[in-house]
Amino acid sequence: MVTNRCKILLIEDNPADVRLTVEAFRENHFDETFYTVKDGVEAIMFLRKQGAYSDVPVPDLILLDLNLPKKNGREVLAEIKHDPELKRIPVVVLTTSNADEDIERSYDLHANCYITKPVDLDDFIYIAKTIKEFWFRIAILPSEAGECYLNI
Amino acid sequence: MLSMSDIGKPIFILMVEDNPADVRLTQEALKEGKVHNHLYTVENGEDALDFLKQRGEFEDVPRPDLILLDLNLPKKDGREVLEEIKNDRELRSIPVVILTTSKAEEDILRTYNLHANCYVTKPVDLDEFMIVVKSIENFWLQIVKLPR
Repeated sequence: MVTNRCKILLIEDNPADVRLTVEAFRENHFDETFYTVKDGVEAIMFLRKQGAYSDVPVPDLILLDLNLPKKNGREVLAEIKHDPELKRIPVVVLTTSNADEDIERSYDLHANCYITKPVDLDDFIYIAKTIKEFWFRIAILPSEAGECYLNI
Repeated sequence: MLSMSDIGKPIFILMVEDNPADVRLTQEALKEGKVHNHLYTVENGEDALDFLKQRGEFEDVPRPDLILLDLNLPKKDGREVLEEIKNDRELRSIPVVILTTSKAEEDILRTYNLHANCYVTKPVDLDEFMIVVKSIENFWLQIVKLPR
């Protein structure tokens, strides 16, 4: 179980969805720190700590929308999962598409899991709760393993 | 939109686990789940790969929608099985949940690097074990969209 505040990178261009996501996660008492980027190019710069992002931390979890400007979510996913330093970070695809092709392709590119964004706020809150329950309480994140290793 | 053939089709889960008690507990927990599912089990790494490639005694099995994979297995280690699955063009999109007693950092990092979808340690306590499996069922069968 993660004892430090969890760092989530949200890759999402729609400001209303950003707000919805952050609010849905905050409905539960567990605390996270959200970092948000609004397109695929910014996402990669953040993860590679380039430009304005030289001092950002490595996220514990990534929430990725597929429909992004500049560089789309599929390309971002492919880059992350091919990068030796980044590929271990769990990527939760969180997107409006319900299409089989998008689902199959995301898993093929090694997305850790795929969730279709609900429209309704209450449903979104429930989804956020289950994401947190599973990824922060049940599963072990690679970042936790890294911390254990560093603390020895 | 579900087609007529999709309605009522269970979610197929392959559990790769050599401890029969853990298999039993998992079966119990999954039976109580909301989503119709069918659990297949194999007890070693070689059978796991034969199952997935539908060869030998496993010619007629379905392709699993989800794999629960222990790491310490006879014949072929779970770490090797994971690597083979995730390097296989046909099999790599199947989500693999590592479900193991190991808490070793090396195992956690290495399996995520090999594209395990997630890593869960098995609790020793029976009640906690049930809770963990139910959480897996809730997240992976009810919330997540699986490639099918």
